[in-house]
Amino acid sequence: MTQRTRNWLLLAPAGAWFMVMLIIPLTVVFIFSFGERAPSGGVVLAFTFEQYGNLPARWAAFKNTMTLAPIGTLSALLIAYPLAYFLAVKANPKWKTILLVLVIVPFWTSILIRSYAWIFLLGGRGIPALLDVIGIEGVRLINTPFAVLVGIIYGYLPLMVFPIYVSLDKLDKRLLEASSDLGAKSWKTFLQITLPLSIPGIATGCMLVFILLMGEYLIPAMLGGGKVFFVGNALVDLFLQSRNWAYGSAVAVTLVVVMLITVTIYMRLIYRLGASREDVSIM
Amino acid sequence: MGNGDYAQDAAPKGRKVVAELRGVSKYFGEVCAVSDLSLSISEGEFLSFLGPSGCGKTTALRILAGFEVPTEGVVILDGDIVNSLEAHHRPVNMVFQQYALFPHMTAAQNIGYGLRQRRPRLPRAEIADKVYKTLDVVRLGGYEHRRIWEMSGGQQQRVALARAIINEPKLLLLDEPMAALDRKLRKEMQIELQDLQRQLGITFVLVTHDQEEALSMSDRICIMREGCIMQIGSPQELYDRPNSRYVAGFVGTSNFFDGILTDNKGVLGTVRVNNEMPMQASHGSDLAIGQDVCISIRPEQMKLHRQGEGLWVKVLNRIFLGEHTEYLINHETLGDFLVLSPRQAEMAESPFNPGDRALVSWEPSAALILDNK
Ligand SMILES: Nc1ncnc2c1ncn2[C@@H]1O[C@H](COP(=O)(O)OP(=O)(O)O)[C@@H](O)[C@H]1O
Ligand SMILES: [Mg+2]
Repeated sequence: MTQRTRNWLLLAPAGAWFMVMLIIPLTVVFIFSFGERAPSGGVVLAFTFEQYGNLPARWAAFKNTMTLAPIGTLSALLIAYPLAYFLAVKANPKWKTILLVLVIVPFWTSILIRSYAWIFLLGGRGIPALLDVIGIEGVRLINTPFAVLVGIIYGYLPLMVFPIYVSLDKLDKRLLEASSDLGAKSWKTFLQITLPLSIPGIATGCMLVFILLMGEYLIPAMLGGGKVFFVGNALVDLFLQSRNWAYGSAVAVTLVVVMLITVTIYMRLIYRLGASREDVSIM
Repeated sequence: MGNGDYAQDAAPKGRKVVAELRGVSKYFGEVCAVSDLSLSISEGEFLSFLGPSGCGKTTALRILAGFEVPTEGVVILDGDIVNSLEAHHRPVNMVFQQYALFPHMTAAQNIGYGLRQRRPRLPRAEIADKVYKTLDVVRLGGYEHRRIWEMSGGQQQRVALARAIINEPKLLLLDEPMAALDRKLRKEMQIELQDLQRQLGITFVLVTHDQEEALSMSDRICIMREGCIMQIGSPQELYDRPNSRYVAGFVGTSNFFDGILTDNKGVLGTVRVNNEMPMQASHGSDLAIGQDVCISIRPEQMKLHRQGEGLWVKVLNRIFLGEHTEYLINHETLGDFLVLSPRQAEMAESPFNPGDRALVSWEPSAALILDNK
């Protein structure tokens, strides 16, 4: 067997998976998006741009997704970075593993159950009730964009912490000593050495969280109470409730396109920020 | 040892002292990394810490750099006590064991890093100018835009060196800088480093476990063992007047004959070697009668001949080394030992062959009675 055949054989399972699970469904959705709604639900194949013309009707879903996904990603980053930094650089090695496990533990419980916990916390008898006691009245948290943001940050934090933790953990601590030796104060060492060398982790974490957030529907459904909905919720509605597959497909295709454009711009930005090509291609 | 005879630890006379350790110890939990170090380093000298791996050399260097705070004792830099002064405030720079170059910067950016931290800021042009000059000093002209991973080990080492010397530190600390280089490159670098030190007049403190490296480069060597300083002195002093068996064995090679000190009155002391043979040799001050000692004689201080005074020995083996010939010989009480015979002696007399009987002798002053530690 030549090296070449062996390489192809090794790639075959992944390639087949990729075809079946990604390319084919995407193609089907793409074709459906030019169709029409069948009277009984489902789709009649055609070639019309009617569905795309109807997109403005779902503008709110796109608007919510495109604001809360970036804000959620950034907020998660701002909270995750100090946490990852503490775990990787400052934490006593003896406690490190335990602390890491504590970060993962919530992952073992279904997001559904954890969101219920938040419904209670943010609902009338939770935090607002506490605020009431100390004299701040009339605060409403549940079913607001804020509630959705809280849920997003909470749910996606581990996903952000881990890539950053890995890049900070493999950072050679002697580089920090070298920087200090050359006269840099600790915060300058952070800005000039630690932060640039953890950009691959930041980039990976943001990418992971952002892409998953664009397709999120559970958290807005539970904590947004039908008032704050994402494109994901629109898709659930169109495919499962109103059974308008053609329109749903047009919305889905638009979401994929928006995602591709954002990610491309994002990658460009990362290159500019100075991560080398290898760093980004890991993602 | 250590700070016992202080005169020895003092820096050469007449020169300004840049750094001083006084009774410095460092514990990591229960582990004692260095214990009671006392020495002073004078301006412009090349001092080496020499000792086997794990003897505390790196720790001593890190204490000078400011990465470790000593558990006991005092660190003085430029006349000030700096025990807990942070590394970035010290006029000291270090070349790290695996260089610790910044991977996201070019060679020039690495080298200019120290200057960029200065406050008030230095003008960009001045930094660039100094970086180019330093690149030339370490013979890396033209490599300024290279990334670190695009450079060989030797080039990386030069970048590390340049990154440190550009700051004109009071003290340049080098932690086994040549350990990762191959033998030939190491020789070249040793010479270059020495040239550089003379040219710049910076005080160098080198850590190494390679005795050849320490002997060939240093003005003074500090021999360490298990966290303690055994002896400090110039290479010649350590070679000619080691204060213990450990030092004699670490600096060059020597023949050791174990025995018990029986007389220490005169210029020469007497040792009963292997409990039967009394031998005379010159002795240091602090040895007591009845103490376990050894006599150390360097192989090149011994002469083989056929007539005259001496001990009868048997030649076991002969190895021709060019400049010298090395004989392995055996004495019925002293056992096996080495004699190094210079080329002239070999020319004058016909060489000895394995199996020959010969007489061996030495100047009594060449034989040293040493503490058996
Ligand atoms: N950070 C540390 N924590 C615990 N023990 C250490 C630490 N640094 C050094 N040691 C111990 O101190 C001793 C001296 O180490 P080191 O100074 O690195 O020796 P060398 O450089 O001569 O090989 C060793 O026994 C080492 O295990
Ligand atoms: Mg070391």
